[in-house]
Amino acid sequence: MTTLQPATLEILANRTMEAIVVGASAGGVDAMLHIFKGLPQHYPLPIIALLHMQETRESKLAELFQHHLNLQVKEATDKESIAPGTLYFAPASYHLSIEHNLQFSLSCEAPLHFSRPSIDILMESAADAYGEALVGILLTGANPDGAAGMRAIKQAGGLAIVQDPDEAEVDYMPRAAIQLQTPDMILRLGRINQLLITLGEQHVH
Amino acid sequence: MSTLDIELRLLMEAIYLRYNYDFRDYTGASQKRRVVQAVRALNCESVSELQSRVLHDTDLFTQLLQFLTIPVSEMFRDPSYYACLRTEVLPVLKTYPSLKIWVAGCSTGEEVYSLAILLREEGLLERTIIYATDINPVSLDKARKGVFPLSRMQLYTKNYQEAGGKQAFSDYYTAAYSAALFDRSLCENITFADHSLSTDSVFSETHLISCRNVLIYFNRKLQDRALGLFHESLCHRGFLGLGSKESIDFSDYNRRFEAVDKRERIFRKL
Ligand SMILES: C[S@@+](CC[C@H](N)C(=O)[O-])C[C@H]1O[C@@H](n2cnc3c(N)ncnc32)[C@H](O)[C@@H]1O
Repeated sequence: MTTLQPATLEILANRTMEAIVVGASAGGVDAMLHIFKGLPQHYPLPIIALLHMQETRESKLAELFQHHLNLQVKEATDKESIAPGTLYFAPASYHLSIEHNLQFSLSCEAPLHFSRPSIDILMESAADAYGEALVGILLTGANPDGAAGMRAIKQAGGLAIVQDPDEAEVDYMPRAAIQLQTPDMILRLGRINQLLITLGEQHVH
Repeated sequence: MSTLDIELRLLMEAIYLRYNYDFRDYTGASQKRRVVQAVRALNCESVSELQSRVLHDTDLFTQLLQFLTIPVSEMFRDPSYYACLRTEVLPVLKTYPSLKIWVAGCSTGEEVYSLAILLREEGLLERTIIYATDINPVSLDKARKGVFPLSRMQLYTKNYQEAGGKQAFSDYYTAAYSAALFDRSLCENITFADHSLSTDSVFSETHLISCRNVLIYFNRKLQDRALGLFHESLCHRGFLGLGSKESIDFSDYNRRFEAVDKRERIFRKL
């Protein structure tokens, strides 16, 4: 099993994280399945995931991931309160935001980086809502979406983690993010998975 | 609370006091993004500067309104919604001698013209009055004109066909340069009017209300207010259609409507 390096563990110690947001596009399904593997059913944090897909009205992502994971998986709905132990997917064709009261909201403003939902919009609102208690993770993709979002997370004091571009199926997205703002960590998928497990174990209410 | 959040709250308060537009119970994240865009586009240094200018300049307020509202729409958006209206709702409405339909938050009119086409094809347009309301006067003006970019017609034609359209979509408009002018006879019975779901009350009894992609901009409290207006306006067993990702699950009104088609977000008053 991949183990975390002491430096990583040190960054995690003394921090209480309240939520995780994850963005990816091309290659993202496999990458997300990898990092969520083995997370327990009662994982103490909510995970909000956004995967760029072809614009279709019904996304089958929740179903697909539920099949492979112990976490509860569902599509985020408008004005729903965010609950721990749940992996939420952004629905197709709407932007997804997180409000200060930790509810989701949807909107249909124009696409950003040809994307709706946009990772930047989700991450910027999440950074605003959770501040330093947010973990942001950006994975493989062929689109600059997410770079500004990761910067917002870092600037709000949250923890910014980017997939190692050398490992990414498509390295454009992680490279764009690293170029805009140096993240706290650049990790391979196995390490990100380990870190999520550790975060869960460390979590105190 | 951050300085920006304080400024935003003060701006909404100022707009309410000065112009009686109530944006105070809109969801914050999307509103913040759009105000920040407006600050840049209207050459202000800060939200506070925008506020002081807007208080003294009505025209600037109209410009800001284009950011605060979200004038995005599409004809036959979510074709299956219109298909469901055609097969599940209109057959019931046909039993009434005359009909009133309310399109709340009609924006630039795409939804209204789509409905009018549907009603014409089902032989109902002549006996229907459609109220199409919005808070954005610029959008309402565009809606009244019924002129949409020709470049959108390819998408709209596809949507129309998927919605079970019975004719050639181009029968409904005349192409002129880069514009599509919609058949004027479609809007003989349409009344476009200013009406706010946040500050106004019910104005008519209706058989069907279509309010799509408006409630998502409201917090739960304001959603409740709007649903209350709809409930009050609808006749016994009247129909309510919402946007494809909108729900009434978080409102007490969910017990006062039943789902006609859950996926299409079409409900019926209990
Ligand atoms: C995204 S558009 C939806 C257009 C159309 N219904 C559709 O689904 O394509 C939202 C519209 O809601 C309108 N709106 C916002 N607040 C409103 C309010 N308080 N009362 C009525 N309409 C409102 C906006 O002006 C805008 O035109």
